[in-house]
Amino acid sequence: MIAEAGLAALWFAAALALLQFVLAGMGVWRSTPLRAEATGSARTDAETTLTADIIAAVRPVAVVQGVLALFAMLLLITVFVRSDMSVLLVAENSHSDKPMLYKIAGAWGNHEGSMLLWVTILGIAGAAVALLERSLATRTLIATLGAQAAIALGFYAFLLFSSNPFARLDPAPADGNGLNPLLQDPGLAFHPPTLYIGYVGISIAFSFAVGAMITRDVGPAFARAMRPWVLGAWIFLTLGITAGSYWAYYELGWGGWWFWDPVENASLMPWLAATALLHSVSVLATRDGLRAWTLMLAVVAFSMSMIGTFLVRSGILTSVHAFAVDPTRGSFILALLAIYIGGALLLFALRVGTVKQGNTFDAVSREGALIVNNLLLSVILALVLLFTLYPIVAAGFGTQLSIGKPFFDKFIGPIALALGVVMAIGPMVRWRRDDPGVVLGRMIAPVAVTGFALVALVALGGGIAWLPLFGLALAIGLAVASVLPLWGRNLRRTPLFTYGMVVAHLGIAVSLAGMACDAAFTQETLVAVRVGEPYRAGPFSVTLDGIKPVVGPNWSALEARLSARRGADGAVFYLRPQSRFFANPVTVTSESAIATRWDGQLYTVLGEPDGTGRWQLRLWWKPFVTLIWFGGALVAIGGALSLLGRLRRERRVRVREAYA
Amino acid sequence: MKRWLIWVPFAVALGLLALVGWGLYKPADRTVRSALVGQRLPQFALPPIVPGKPGLATAAFAKGKPRLLNVFASWCIPCIAEAPQLLKLKQAGVEIDAVAIRDTPAAIADFLARNGDPYAAIGDDKTSSVQLALGSSGVPETFVIGGDGRIVLQHVGDIRAEEVPGLIAAVRNAR
Repeated sequence: MIAEAGLAALWFAAALALLQFVLAGMGVWRSTPLRAEATGSARTDAETTLTADIIAAVRPVAVVQGVLALFAMLLLITVFVRSDMSVLLVAENSHSDKPMLYKIAGAWGNHEGSMLLWVTILGIAGAAVALLERSLATRTLIATLGAQAAIALGFYAFLLFSSNPFARLDPAPADGNGLNPLLQDPGLAFHPPTLYIGYVGISIAFSFAVGAMITRDVGPAFARAMRPWVLGAWIFLTLGITAGSYWAYYELGWGGWWFWDPVENASLMPWLAATALLHSVSVLATRDGLRAWTLMLAVVAFSMSMIGTFLVRSGILTSVHAFAVDPTRGSFILALLAIYIGGALLLFALRVGTVKQGNTFDAVSREGALIVNNLLLSVILALVLLFTLYPIVAAGFGTQLSIGKPFFDKFIGPIALALGVVMAIGPMVRWRRDDPGVVLGRMIAPVAVTGFALVALVALGGGIAWLPLFGLALAIGLAVASVLPLWGRNLRRTPLFTYGMVVAHLGIAVSLAGMACDAAFTQETLVAVRVGEPYRAGPFSVTLDGIKPVVGPNWSALEARLSARRGADGAVFYLRPQSRFFANPVTVTSESAIATRWDGQLYTVLGEPDGTGRWQLRLWWKPFVTLIWFGGALVAIGGALSLLGRLRRERRVRVREAYA
Repeated sequence: MKRWLIWVPFAVALGLLALVGWGLYKPADRTVRSALVGQRLPQFALPPIVPGKPGLATAAFAKGKPRLLNVFASWCIPCIAEAPQLLKLKQAGVEIDAVAIRDTPAAIADFLARNGDPYAAIGDDKTSSVQLALGSSGVPETFVIGGDGRIVLQHVGDIRAEEVPGLIAAVRNAR
């Protein structure tokens, strides 16, 4: 019954989305200011009342639609928790022996469930806009909710017609197939929902842009209304990418934190677009500039989210993450992509001519710096997209190739560094116009620190490749530059969103330092060891004490005990990397063991025995690698501070207006 | 802003969608082909692996007559499946040489006793070095070598019964 109730909830939600779309369309159409004049007849009171009623109905419908979608998701989680094997999805992806956390996470660790999660978040986001948004003009808000309903409708159709998560299996099997063991990790329980909130949150920005294009209402008020939603989605994208990177780092056991895999790129591209959007929306909100460009970015950002979903779900590119390979579903999502992206860009082309040009500004100004930031982010985005899709292009010309990490690093690295330089300067430039000489004067401290770091690194380290070398020196200068906006200010009167910017920029510097340190100083040891033989890994001496079998809830493993000590007289500590065997489905995974110290991580992976009593061991000493994720978390915290600051100020303004 | 510039994003998106759609309906051939097809065989000289059968060197080819070069191993299951097809090819008059990958004399002798022996010569490639030089990425693979010592064709995977006539024709045409 639970599964049928879930399916019914989905159908009702889809019907409400249709209603929401129709009502919003009628509301926007009937309230067109020009329509009355065009038809030449004055509106009767009855007509006006009807229009007002229609418009008033859109918000509640959006809320109920979101609640129904959430209800369907909760019912799916319920059948997973109860291990109801008569539901096809549960039988294929779960197992009664699984720990409870993974039963719940299993609900979205598969194609149908993750798409249901997608529409659930979409519905909740729409409901949140309907409930919370107060500052946007009513017509634009109704158009926005209409656009949101149009997106939801497509994805409801996708779920109901080609990916029903509640399909039954008759007869029910005795037990399920189990969840892919790589996904049986606490990281999975949180990583996809976080990333999806980010992906789908961007849909709000998209709907805002579509709404604004329909009503031709693009200006600072619109930007101020859109900004918190963009910020919110961006915070979750940042968290999702950071968590995903750490998951890949410790779970896949190859010692890297980013591989430029198509699916990683799929999460990075919306982030890049959202980051650009976040900055351009500031220009629109503060200075009423970059109107068309901001609309464009909002469309591009959500397009990247959908392309990301498409790349992951269609199996069109070879990837370690390609869980579901199914061309029918791929074509369905492709059709949705064509309708939404194509439709939005068509609307853009048709309407952008009627969007008035915003304010202009000098080249040396905050706006100028933000434009350079936007351009560089767009170039990186375009390159990532091009490199990710290039194997398909090449296949068209009959050659097979794949574009690997070194290629990406070589092209993206330098642009990212240039972006870092702009990030250091931007906050120190005034809006509208500024004097280049004065700006340079403000930059003396960071420039000096960067130069000093560069000289010190060359003198001390030596032999570091140029990209990590510049990266590390720049990161140190950036850290100084990012706190400069607080210099000489009354810290208690500085608005919270300025602190947010400082923390987020500092986070980028910290993360960059981690990446550069990992690239420059990592020491790798790959050895076949006998029990009792010590090996060196960076400053550590590591000895294999022995191998013993261990048993977990749904796996068995060979576990090595490694004793490690730093230097000759450090305290001994133990690491226990495992080679884990899962019976359902049959898979072997390697569980790395990581020792975290304040200045880096010792990363150990147990490999195969060689048959003569020796075991393969991979040992890495990665100085300061943790800074990568610590920096990512700082960026998200900065975003949260900024969001809080914006909301507080908006509220204060509203309260002041209410009393005025 | 120029009028046509406004349409650029729309056009780019359409192009992207067309590309991705095309990639979806025509799934890529993910076989890894050798870069040496159409070129001369690389230089190699492998010792024999079973008594009474010569080893294999580049010099054995380029004698005016096309030959098949089969890359196989006794530990490879598809190689057992393709053995009858190789015997058929031999009956049709095709001369076949082989490179045994990471194998032992006893295992190869056993493999030939069980599955038949279509080979004129078998080279012992203990370290896969010749296999790598050929640009072969797995077993079994079969190369058609022209009479002038050039690689005419690379067949990846086991030879199916229905593919035998095609291979015979390829050998005949590879003068």
